[in-house]
Amino acid sequence: MLRINVTSNANQKKYMAMFQFLKKRMTPKKAQLNGHVFEKEVEMKPIRQGFGEGLLIAGENDERVVGLCADLLDSTKMNLFADKFPKRFIQVGVAEQNLASVASGMAAMGKIPFITSYAMFSPGRNWEQIRTTICYNDVPVKIAGSHAGVSVGPDGGTHQAIEDLAITRVIPNMVVISPCDAIEARKATIACAQTKEPTYLRLAREKTPIITTDDSPFEIGKAYAVFEDEKEDAIDVLVIATGALVHNAMLAAKEVSQGKKNALKVAVLNCHTIKPLDEDTIIAYAKRAGAIVTVEEHQVAGGLGGAVAELCARTHPMPIEFIGVHDEFGQSGTPEELIVHYKMDAPSIVETIRVAHKRSI
Amino acid sequence: MNGINRLSDEKIKSLALTANDIRQSIIEMLLEAKSGHTAGPLGMSDIFAYLYFHALQHDPKKPHWKNRDRVVLSNGHICPVLYATMAHAGYFPVEELMTLRKFGSILQGHPHREFLPALENSSGPLGSGLSQAVGMALAERIDAGRTSAKFFYCLTGDGELNEGQNWEAIMLGGKEKLHNLIVIVDRNNIQIDGYTEDVMPLDSLVRKFDAFNWHVQDIDGHNFEMIDEAVGKAQSVFDRPSVIIANTIPGKGVAEFERKPEWHGKPPNSKEAEMALRELQREREMINS
Repeated sequence: MLRINVTSNANQKKYMAMFQFLKKRMTPKKAQLNGHVFEKEVEMKPIRQGFGEGLLIAGENDERVVGLCADLLDSTKMNLFADKFPKRFIQVGVAEQNLASVASGMAAMGKIPFITSYAMFSPGRNWEQIRTTICYNDVPVKIAGSHAGVSVGPDGGTHQAIEDLAITRVIPNMVVISPCDAIEARKATIACAQTKEPTYLRLAREKTPIITTDDSPFEIGKAYAVFEDEKEDAIDVLVIATGALVHNAMLAAKEVSQGKKNALKVAVLNCHTIKPLDEDTIIAYAKRAGAIVTVEEHQVAGGLGGAVAELCARTHPMPIEFIGVHDEFGQSGTPEELIVHYKMDAPSIVETIRVAHKRSI
Repeated sequence: MNGINRLSDEKIKSLALTANDIRQSIIEMLLEAKSGHTAGPLGMSDIFAYLYFHALQHDPKKPHWKNRDRVVLSNGHICPVLYATMAHAGYFPVEELMTLRKFGSILQGHPHREFLPALENSSGPLGSGLSQAVGMALAERIDAGRTSAKFFYCLTGDGELNEGQNWEAIMLGGKEKLHNLIVIVDRNNIQIDGYTEDVMPLDSLVRKFDAFNWHVQDIDGHNFEMIDEAVGKAQSVFDRPSVIIANTIPGKGVAEFERKPEWHGKPPNSKEAEMALRELQREREMINS
């Protein structure tokens, strides 16, 4: 691990130079990431805010876009759209089942409806309505589930959706996107407004680090490296992460990449689309790696980890370790406490990377 | 179409014959399919004949014509009556009816739009059709405002109203004053486990809908004049959605099947089908004379 005691100007310069070198080498140029991504003072913004801004732009781009909300207008940031386009906004009240099916009806008439609530209630409570009236009908309803993951914090386990990727991923026709930051959420929202597929957008409540920039690539179904040594072909451990935890995965990767002893060659993929999974990219990286660690703020069953395990079992069997919630419910606490408790923090990911490496093939 | 132009005797006779055709087809297709629902489809044959052969603005040859009225069937299990009506109206060949519930058929056990694109919606799981019809009417409101003369007919069962989602949709329909939404409830008093008032009492449906700010009519669902008058009135309501509670006899047209909950979810065997077709044939002769 890189530890430099910054006591003199000379040392400070040396530190900065090494830091810049490391950052440049490890964050691929084409990812065009935020230059402050490894700094303590990295900019923070809620992913749901990016959704709200994206929906406003999508609404300006296309008048077929309509918004429906189940009494959580400000919380889900649909208020930005509703204020600008009051005639294209429908308040359905606390009725998530109706929310899903009303949107289906509007889509059948040519609209592109976005529906918002907390992920626990949509797609949680209204799963069957989403399956039958949206996906079975195959209409372009976009389901934005906010407050996903344990980082909802004090509200406790009832409000922490940690099964939403699993229950949406198994429905035919559905596309599932879990953006890593507010900028990516904005891009994902604008992009999915132009597709014909039913889509689930997973959003988080808390402010989280800005990882990407306006210039970072975003294409639905395309994973890309946010951390890798482009000069090295072999990878010790491939980390595949989704959502806000991409940041912790990057911090962990940086940590294990440093130092002379025990340094590991690690690559991190930002897998923002859970379905369709970018099988080509994942397998291309997996073939260069000895083991995989998946990272998600979700049950380890059925989400990103499940999807990657299914893919590898089918095409390229190899050891996989899973960061996520292990068959438990969430609970109250600060987001930071909960992230540590469920071992999703950077030090826990470091530990898991080392465990995975020991199991390498 | 509105309530002022009453149906002619000739039209009523023609609708009765069409409903009879539909009932005969229902019996034939259920016999061939060896599974499916009998009572509901027979009970709704008159309403379906009226809608597809009189009220609807539609073109079976252009099922996706933009200005068509929409029919959303919520209780998908009565689809034999929808399929038979659509076939007789010319959406697809009547011979297709014999493929009901078979592998590869356009006529899935419960309606699926992917297999039969002329459908407005897929259905089967109860309680979501009304929400979809509300959504369609809302989309039309955005595009055409309050003057739209395009109508959205949603057909629901009575037992289906046990599902809470209906009441979420009924609240929203009332709130949004969706004037071109017309819900027809098949009030046949039976559901799978028995009579509706034993399983989960619904009465008074009139007062329930009224309390949600709907225009309510309670009619005989086998009387074409009453159906016509009710639909005409519903079309002229401008400040509320409308519900027509159509009192029907489950199994209508075949005495042996009428009013019996056990006929909710089973098909006739060949002997029963033969008897039913004979009875319907006799009814046909009576209509003609």
